[in-house]
Amino acid sequence: MAENEMHIPTMAEMQAQDKAPEVLFWVGCAGSFDARAQRVSRAFAELLWRAGVSFAILGNEEGCTGDPARRAGNEFVFQMMALQNIETLNMYNVKTIVTACPHCYNTLKNEYPDLGGMYEVYHHTQYLDQLIESGRLKIQSSGQPGKITYHDSCYLGRVNGEYEAPRKLISSLRADVREMERSRSNGLCCGAGGAQMFKEDEPGDKRVNTERIEEALETGAGTIAANCPFCITMLEDGLKEKDRQEDVMVLDISEMILNNIK
Amino acid sequence: MIQQVIFAVVTIIAIYWAFRQFSQIRRNIFLAQKKEISGHQGERWKRVLLIAFGQKKMFRRWISAIMHLFIYLAFLITQIELIEILVDGFSGTHRFFASSLGGFYTFVISLIELLSVGAFIATFVFLARRNLLKIPRFRKQEMTWWPKLDANLILIGEIALIIGIFCMNGADTVLQELRPDVYHETGTFAVSGFFGPAVFGSMSADWLVGVERFGWWLHVLVVYAFLNYLPSSKHLHILLAFPNVYYSRVESRGKMENMPEIMNEVKSMMGLATEGEQEMGEEIPEFGAKDIFDLSWKNLLDAYTCTECGRCTDVCPANMTGKKLSPRKIVMDIRDRVEEVARTMKSEPEMKPEAYDDGKSLFDYISKEEIHACTTCNACVEACPVLIDPLDPILKLRRYEILTLSQGPADWMPMFNSLENSGSVWQVPDERGSWTKTVEQN
Repeated sequence: MAENEMHIPTMAEMQAQDKAPEVLFWVGCAGSFDARAQRVSRAFAELLWRAGVSFAILGNEEGCTGDPARRAGNEFVFQMMALQNIETLNMYNVKTIVTACPHCYNTLKNEYPDLGGMYEVYHHTQYLDQLIESGRLKIQSSGQPGKITYHDSCYLGRVNGEYEAPRKLISSLRADVREMERSRSNGLCCGAGGAQMFKEDEPGDKRVNTERIEEALETGAGTIAANCPFCITMLEDGLKEKDRQEDVMVLDISEMILNNIK
Repeated sequence: MIQQVIFAVVTIIAIYWAFRQFSQIRRNIFLAQKKEISGHQGERWKRVLLIAFGQKKMFRRWISAIMHLFIYLAFLITQIELIEILVDGFSGTHRFFASSLGGFYTFVISLIELLSVGAFIATFVFLARRNLLKIPRFRKQEMTWWPKLDANLILIGEIALIIGIFCMNGADTVLQELRPDVYHETGTFAVSGFFGPAVFGSMSADWLVGVERFGWWLHVLVVYAFLNYLPSSKHLHILLAFPNVYYSRVESRGKMENMPEIMNEVKSMMGLATEGEQEMGEEIPEFGAKDIFDLSWKNLLDAYTCTECGRCTDVCPANMTGKKLSPRKIVMDIRDRVEEVARTMKSEPEMKPEAYDDGKSLFDYISKEEIHACTTCNACVEACPVLIDPLDPILKLRRYEILTLSQGPADWMPMFNSLENSGSVWQVPDERGSWTKTVEQN
């Protein structure tokens, strides 16, 4: 059956067939290589496919957006990454990009224009919200989703002001949503941003993700919804530290939607 | 007559001295890079109205917001009374506006009095919060003796000012009965109309005149002292909050300032066309910021505007988990360093900004451990009631460390190498698209 054989084409393949996709799915390093985030990439790709969206990825032609290098202070490496990516994106005449990583989203959307890369960029929660609004995806709640709490990532929330799209998606699942004490513009970081993901913490008395997971657990939610591969890593680490990985799950919103569509 | 002369002399000295200090601060701020900030005037004025005048961000914390509002409004509206004080002081009149404004005068003074009562209570609440309650943000490492004393001094000054107002108005109320020729009818003031007779009612006229003058002069002198104290105090925010909010960042927070020199260098490395002729010179260039001269003037305006409330540090994920980083300390350190540079330049005139070297830099104030701990989460930026950006200088210091010193956390080096060699943050042997091959197993 053809629909069981979802094929994810690259831009190069598309171009060879003289086709252009509706949207480019920017996968990012985590989505490409991190085992947990790969599952999110697959879930989101499947949602695009089920919605009938024609999309493609860059495959090996994609590189890191440069966000962690830039925030670490390494502008040279950032510029190398960014300019190479912009060359590629412009060569394929890409107009619209969707990504499941808020760091990629931020850099593509806010930082590439100064370097000559102008695109319409969506975070995958915004894109999914549109697909549901336009009826291309239909939610069918699969039973009791239970209590869910939502963790605002800094780069989607506080930095880019998007608090609603992810919440709309979660509430469409008819879940019992419990907000954490610090949410929306007061949301607490997971501890991974600003290239912290790639180094040990400075001396202190606690890890940031421990602080955050404690707050998430206080809500009594069985599912922690996230929108960022790095947040997912940090929150899952926190769960392991608290030995709660058996009864609490961290899910990307796209995974939650995939479990609840017609 | 003698009072008028003393008043004139004191006023001129106070204003002249304050003017000198404010000019010095202006010069200090412009020791930094002359970055142009313009455009978006509508948005900027809206922010001034809502955030500076309207104190919108303060209301994220209700208790301090309401207390602060009393002091702020009392202070703001007391300035109307100051106009009369200046007129009376120079011309020797008494309550110059009372007869011409009539009922409106009674209303304005009554409003000042009511707000002053609120401010009086708020001042004690604030003193208690600062000194008795264990509120973490008032007790961090950067809250050393001077920031603590500074906060208390201003509250004590506030109390003195309010005592002055009530002595002046209270004694005046009683004197209106005793010596109506000099002390004109003003209508009944909301507070001192009752407070005056109750407290000063039994005093003789001579004593009352003394109390009234004491109150009047206390009011004047506290205001002048305050004006001259501001430039060395965190209370500069009452003035600088307005320009600081106006010049705050309008572009997305997510956008770090581009570095065209590096962009063009990388473009030419990659064989891409560069914009304009911005070839790097022969000298080894310095990138990022190591001292105040490398920051933007807005970074320094931020530093002078900071009122050390600590909301930024309170919400900083690094700080709340025990790391050394405190966004407030970064901002305070920048101000301290500017002040140090300005002092040195004054005592050693041969030290010009272009070739300033006292053997020190911002890194003598801010350790690398602090700047490394930042997650760039923007919570500090979001929290500041007067739109200070503590993140921007942190990122500029990081740029200096990595680009100019070629140093930085050892853990970052493999990430940089991996990016350069393989284009991804981790050195992974797999193909970037390999995740698509396992779709069926999902």
